[in-house]
Formats: sequence, C-alpha cells, structure tokens
Amino acid sequence: MAKNDLQGSLDLLVLKTLAQRGRLHGYGIVQHIQRASDDLLQVEEGSLYPALHRMEQSGWIGSEWAMTETNRSAKYYRLTAAGRRQLREAEASFEQLVKGVRAMLRYA
Amino acid sequence: MSIFRRIANLFRRSRIEREIDAELQSHIALRVESNLAAGMSAEDARRDALLRFGNPVVARERVTAADAALGLESFWFDLRFSARQLVKSPGFTLTAVLTLAVAIGANAVVFSVLNALVLRPLNLPGAARLYNIEDRGEPMNSYPDFRDLRDRNRAFDGIALYSFESVGLDTGGDPQLAWIYEASGNYFDVLGVHPYLGRFFSSADEHGPDSSPYLVLGYDYWRTRFHADPSVIGRIVRMNRHAFTVLGVTPPQFRGTELEYQADLWIPVVDQQEIEGSSGLDDRNQRGQAIVGRLKPGVTVAQAEGDLNAIAAYLEKTYPVDDDGLKFSLARPGLFGDMIGAPVRAFVAGLMLLAALILLAACANLGSLFAARAADRAREIALRLALGSSRLRIFRQLLTEAMLIALLGGAAGIAASLFLLRALTAWRPLAAFPVNVPVDPDLRTYIVAVALALLSGFLCGLAPMRQIFRASPWEVVKTGQAAARGKWKLATRDVLLVVQVAVCAVLLTSSLVAVRGLLRSLHSNFGFDPQHALLLSTDLNMAGYRGDRVPAMQRRMLDAVSALPGVTSAGLVDNIPLGLGWNETSIYSAQTTDLRASNELAEAMQYSISPGYFQSAGTTLLAGRDVAWSDRKNAPAVAVVNREFARKIFGSVAQALGGRFQQTGKQVYQVVGVVEEGKYLTLTEDPRPAFFTPLLQSPSSQTWLVVRAAGDPQRLAAPVHEAVRALDSAVPFTLLTWDRELDSALFAARAATVSLGVLGALGAMLALTGLFGMASYSVTRRLKEMGIRMALGAGHGKILSASLGRALRLLVFGSLAGIALGMAATRLLSFLVYQATPLDPLVLGGTLLAMLLLGLLATWAPAQRALRVNPSRLMREE
Repeated sequence: MAKNDLQGSLDLLVLKTLAQRGRLHGYGIVQHIQRASDDLLQVEEGSLYPALHRMEQSGWIGSEWAMTETNRSAKYYRLTAAGRRQLREAEASFEQLVKGVRAMLRYA
Repeated sequence: MSIFRRIANLFRRSRIEREIDAELQSHIALRVESNLAAGMSAEDARRDALLRFGNPVVARERVTAADAALGLESFWFDLRFSARQLVKSPGFTLTAVLTLAVAIGANAVVFSVLNALVLRPLNLPGAARLYNIEDRGEPMNSYPDFRDLRDRNRAFDGIALYSFESVGLDTGGDPQLAWIYEASGNYFDVLGVHPYLGRFFSSADEHGPDSSPYLVLGYDYWRTRFHADPSVIGRIVRMNRHAFTVLGVTPPQFRGTELEYQADLWIPVVDQQEIEGSSGLDDRNQRGQAIVGRLKPGVTVAQAEGDLNAIAAYLEKTYPVDDDGLKFSLARPGLFGDMIGAPVRAFVAGLMLLAALILLAACANLGSLFAARAADRAREIALRLALGSSRLRIFRQLLTEAMLIALLGGAAGIAASLFLLRALTAWRPLAAFPVNVPVDPDLRTYIVAVALALLSGFLCGLAPMRQIFRASPWEVVKTGQAAARGKWKLATRDVLLVVQVAVCAVLLTSSLVAVRGLLRSLHSNFGFDPQHALLLSTDLNMAGYRGDRVPAMQRRMLDAVSALPGVTSAGLVDNIPLGLGWNETSIYSAQTTDLRASNELAEAMQYSISPGYFQSAGTTLLAGRDVAWSDRKNAPAVAVVNREFARKIFGSVAQALGGRFQQTGKQVYQVVGVVEEGKYLTLTEDPRPAFFTPLLQSPSSQTWLVVRAAGDPQRLAAPVHEAVRALDSAVPFTLLTWDRELDSALFAARAATVSLGVLGALGAMLALTGLFGMASYSVTRRLKEMGIRMALGAGHGKILSASLGRALRLLVFGSLAGIALGMAATRLLSFLVYQATPLDPLVLGGTLLAMLLLGLLATWAPAQRALRVNPSRLMREE
C-alpha cells in the first residue's frame, strides 16, 4: 500500500482539478474540490499552498500571476506533462486503495 | 528551476516571501469577496475567511519550506551541516581525506607520466604527422640509405636524419662534455621549427663531408652555459678541437626529436668525420642513425610503408650485400621508435591501470566507511524520517558529505602530486647519459584529477543509499542495534571489501614479482664483476688526438693508472658491457665471399680491448690466452670469443681455439682464447655471441678504462683523476664506479620495481584500513551479542570466529582472487624485469604471507576488544 496517505490524496485532488479545469488559482481549486465533491470534501485552505508549492518544485505544475474576473491579481496554476503522468499514477494507486478498503469492509 | 535562478533567489529571498504573502492574501481576499457576495457582513466575511484558512503564519512558513526543500538554500544548509558533521568526527574525516588524497595523488602522478610519454605528442608543430622510419623493427638506418629514401620517397613532405653523440666543447677554458644531436641539414625545416635567435643550418649549408662547421645551441644550454648572451651568435667555439660557428638558438620548449634525450646543441651530420674522428656517412651497412619524417597530408601509414618498401626493394637489388633483407615500417616518434617506446608505453599503461585499481580500492574503502557511518547513524536517519524529512533529502545530505570529503582529498592529492612531479621533471636518473623527461602536469592532468575526485566522491556517497532507502521510521522506536544478518547474505560492504583485498593482492603480487626479478638480476652473472671497479671514460678525439697518437696515449694512461697503489689491475675496452653504446656485427665463415645478410652465421657483439681487460673486469678466461701487446696492427688478426660464440660458430670451446671467422668482409680473425659469456645489452637477454679484438688492431679513440681496486674504488677516484690530468689536462673524462654505471642497465627494472612497490604499499595500506574498519565495525555491532554469548559460557575461539570470521573469510576469498589476477597481470612485466614469473613459490608464499599479516594486523585490535568484553557491564549499558 504505497503512498496512499492523506498528502497523496490532496495531491491527487489538486492534479485532478487542474486536469479538469485547466488554469486555476488556489482559491479556485478549493472551490472546485468542494463543488465537485458535493461538499463532501473540504480542504483546509492553509495547507493547500505548501502542497501547491511542493508540486511546483517537483515539476508537476507550473504557475503564473494573472488577473481574476474581479480584477484581483492571483497566482494561477496549470498541469505540466510530468503532472499529467503523476496524475495517472496517483489515480491508479487510489483506485487500488479504494478497492482494498471496500473489500476489507465487505469481509464478513 | 535553473541553478542561476536558485542563486538569484538567494539574494531575492524577501521578494519570494513577499510573493508568497501576496498569494496567501489574494486567497483570503477571494474568499472574503465570495462571502460578501453570499450576503455576509463585512466583519463576518473576513472572520470566516481567516477561520477557513487556518494560521497564516504557519501556512507561510510551510510554503517557504516547500520552496526551499529542493532549492539552493537547502544546498548551503547541507554544506554547512556536512561540514559540522565532519568536524565532529575528525578521525573519520582525516582517514577519508587522507585515503582519497593518496589515491588521487597517485593517479595524478601516473596520469601525468602517461600524458608526457604516451598521450602528448612531441612538442612540435603538426606532430601527429611525424613518424620514425624503422628498419626491421629498429629505428637504425645508414646515411646512404637515408639519402636514397629522402630523394626517392613520395609519401613524405620531408624526412630528416639524426643521432646522438657527446663532444668536448671548448669555449675558451676547460673543455666540457656536451651532448649533441648530429642532424641532416633539413632537420629543422622538416620539423617546422623557427630559431629563437640567429638562424638554423639548412640543406643549403651541406657541401659534402666537413663542409658545414656550424652549431645551433639548445635554449637551456644557451642560458646556463652562455648566460643567455645574445651576442653569442657568430662566435667561434671549439668542439673536439675543431672550430665551429654558433648559428642560432632553439626556441625554449624545443627538445629535438626524442622525449627522453636532453641535448645541449645540434650540428650538421656531414661534419661527422671531424667530430667523431671517423665517419659512417659512406657506409651503407653502418646503421646508427634515426630517421624522422613528416607524412604528406592524406597519406596513410600503410601507403607510406608501401612507398618505402618499394624503395627497399630497389635498394636490395642495387646493393645486394649491404641492403639484404631491408624492411621499413613507421613507428611513433619520441622514444627511439618502438625500441624503447613499445615497452615504456605498455608499462605506463599498466601502471595507470594499477593506479586506477588503487583509486577503486580507496573508493571501496571509503564506501564501506560511509556505509558503516550511515548504519551507526541509523537512528538519526530514522528520526529525521519520522519528523517528515524525505529520503531523497537525507541521501542528498550524505552525498554532500561524501563530495566535500572527495574535494578536500582531491585538492590534497593534487597538491602532493605537484611536488612529486616537479622532482620527477628535474630528475636525471642516469650518470652516463642525459635522460630527462619533463612530466609537468598540464590542464589535462588537473581535469582528470578533479574528475576522478568527483567521481569517487559520488561512488562513496552512493554506498549508503540502500540503507537510507530501506530505513524505516519504526527503527527509532526500537532500542539497540539491528539484528545480525544471515551468515552468507552479501552486503554491499562485503563486496567492497573483497574488491579491495583483491586489488591489494594484485598489487602485492606484481610488486613482489618485480622485486624478485630485480634481486635476481642484481645477483645474476653479468660475466663481469661490477664491484670494486672504477671506470674512467674518455674520448681522446675530443682532445684532438688523431691516428697513432691515440693508442700511444691510451697506453700511457693505462700504465700510469696501473702503477697507482691500490690498483690490482687495469684494462681498456671501447664500449662497456650493459652500457649505452655497443657494436654488433655479422659473422661469416672464413671462406665465404657471399656476404649477404642471409648468409651470415650469427650476429655477434664486438669489443676492442687491451691486455688486462678481462682480469680487471673479472671475466674468466676458459681456454687459450688473453690478447697481448704483441698483437699489433701488422701482426696476424686475433680474437678472443665467448663460450656462446664458440658453441654457435665452432660447436665447442675446444674446436673454437685456432678456428677462423670473418667479420662483415673486413677481417678474418683467428681465435686465440675463449671467455665466459655475460650480459651485453640487457639484463633480460639470452646468452649472445661476442668476440673481443685487440685495441691495437681495431683502434678506437673512445675507451673505458676499467680499474680493479683492492678496496673501496671510490678512494681511487682522486689519484686516478690526478694521474690522467698529469698526462694531459685537456682530456675531458668522466669517472664513476662500475656499480653506478650499471644504473643505466638496471634503470628500467628499478623504475618498475619502485613504482610497483609504491603502488603495492598504497594498496596494502588501503586493505589494512579497510579490513580494520570492517572488523571493528562488526565487533561493535555485535558487542552485546558477544557479551551474552560469553555470559552463557562461549569460549574465546567461538567469540573470535563469531566476530571476525566474516572479515577473515572475505580476506581469504579476496586474496585468492587477487593472486590469480596478479599472475595474469605480471606477464606484462616480463618485458622489463629479469625472469619475471609469478609462478615462483617465494612470490606466491610472500603474497599469501603478506595478506595474512595484513589480516592479523587489521583484526588484532578489534579481536582484543571482542575478547575483553565484560558481560555484566555491557548488559547494564542500555
């Protein structure tokens, strides 16, 4: 059971969000995760940023400053090719985790 | 992120932090905005945003940390941390740095020599197209052949001829010995060199024998002998009593066409008769000169050899006697063609291989040190992992430590090698010949040394990788050391140790083989006894003696020296055996008139001697008589031959006496005596035929006076010096003991032995520290287990085998592998060292014994520690 800790899940959520929505700032990512998960998942907003910066250092995502619709300047993130690969791996490994946990719960 | 941006970031630290702040602020602002849009009051909207965000200070710090984790900032941190770690364990650091310094230093020195002798071409323009032309594998050609080659070849832009000679140079004081090149007129033009001062001689200066009384000074000689005086151009000096005009000075770096020969000046070869008192310029059979040629662009070596051999076929047809069997080939120039070049190149390449092995052993040594250190720090590593550090991060820090050590060691090694190389460059190993090879390091040496240091740092740093990536944070929960591994499970450390021991055994085997060979050659029968003998070498030609005055003066010198108290006997010989000059000639039967090379009976060494030479040299007369003073010029020609000559030409010693033979159509000799055979050219040679003729019948102005002393020959030096000076103060001569003169013959074997010995000692040192590290580590690790065993009643034997068995097994395994490899390697040595064979019980036994001693030495202290374990105290410790 490799790398299926909470940190891994957050990475997966962020990568997936960027894959679905393209360019997005941190706040947008939080909102998208919340909305897309029907309010089931709420990210602790402060802990999102260390993860974003770590992923940027790892080369999974890139960033640039741009203006929001309300004319506020914000840092926007987007997925890189390496990030796309990472996403595929993370998704596969998460599927394994879910399968495993489900099997475990159904064990009679 | 590029490295430059990281460095830039270091200086823009506050800018990055401002940016992080701005990002976090913008997040909160966006949240407030949407809260307001959802209808919250301004105050509630802000409160909610901050609440959701969590502690902004913590968030900012964590973001900063995430940014710095892989940045340059963390590299500086690693560097500082590593430096602190190294300072904290000075013993480890010093061992590691010294080990690497020794290994890198050895590699820098050997590489520099390799660079000077093999990689670097002659220091001449377009040197890559210069080749020596060899005849039948030797760079020796005759002057008439050279002229034909020069005029008929189509493959070369030009070919030039040169040979070495020594002269007495008189600049208006005491005549002094100078070493010269005799060169063809086109020499400097073919080489493409331009004078530093004045001009060079050229083909236009050659108008037949003795037509060109000019000389060109070497730069160094000009500086030392003429004090760099520019007005020397045009000055007339006397060489062997003949007037020569100084034409010019060579440029500073120019050393002629040989790497090993340090000449003082250059003269045209057409003046040979004047300088040497005799000349082989008309003799197609007198092959004593080297030829260097510059290939035309686009001509391959094979094409050039084809061209030369077409000329050889023509020469053979035209001069069937002299040029029978002529066969030309090209060789790399610089070390007397392939004659010295081939073995030297093979040996230096072999040395480089051994030096690389030393470095490998040092890396293995350091690798296991680092691995052991990482194992000792297992808890620290586990703790750092538990606190959230990444494995990569820890690995990087350890790698930084290794690199730091590698760079320190490399710098120390390079510094040490500079001293050694400077000494080697200034070294003139032979008394009788100006051998000197500049081996100064160039840029290439530095690059190689630094690259090797970095590589070895990286390799050492890799060693603990497996441990780090297997380490588990749970380790920190457990107390005490990890359990022992399975008996035969191989760890990286074990492999490294075996490699190290094997390398050491290879080096030991080869150096022992070399030492044995050297000792054998020192004690083998030379056919003369170099002890208690003094040699006086003169060339009367240098002092202006010609014709009949030469033998008369030689006789007077001989008589004067013989009369000195303390002299048991004295005799003259034209070339000293195992020296740097010799005559080899073809022997034919006395009746034949067909003097082609294919009809010769043997090649034999020829020496001209005076009566008393054999006695003074310590050569045993087996049958017949010595040459006598009555064997005068007009008396029947006689010769004393050695046993090999007698056997080969006449069948036996008895049959040889009274027998007759012919030397290259010059003379028919009658054998009057037989002496034992000796070594003439090299120590490693098989017995070869030789014959000795009376000095009066085959005169030579150049002689060695062999003086046999009753006691210490050094004590005779002063009286002999005076006696000769009293006869003629203008005769230049050199005086040295025969032992010292033999240095030239023993030089190759000695150099091989010393260099192998040094490398062997380094290898042994590395194996020793490696084994010691391994043994003490395994004792430390299992100290507690030993305590328990002891408490349960285990005997000393059990304790020792448990704690050291592994190290000793690895030692035996490594030694056997190394000896096997060493045997294969020493085949190379047989070129240089007398009777070099690894299948010598003394060598095998010696290597095994040495390895065993090393093992004993290395495990002694750890074994003592294991045996002194106090079970009760140990149990209390944790």
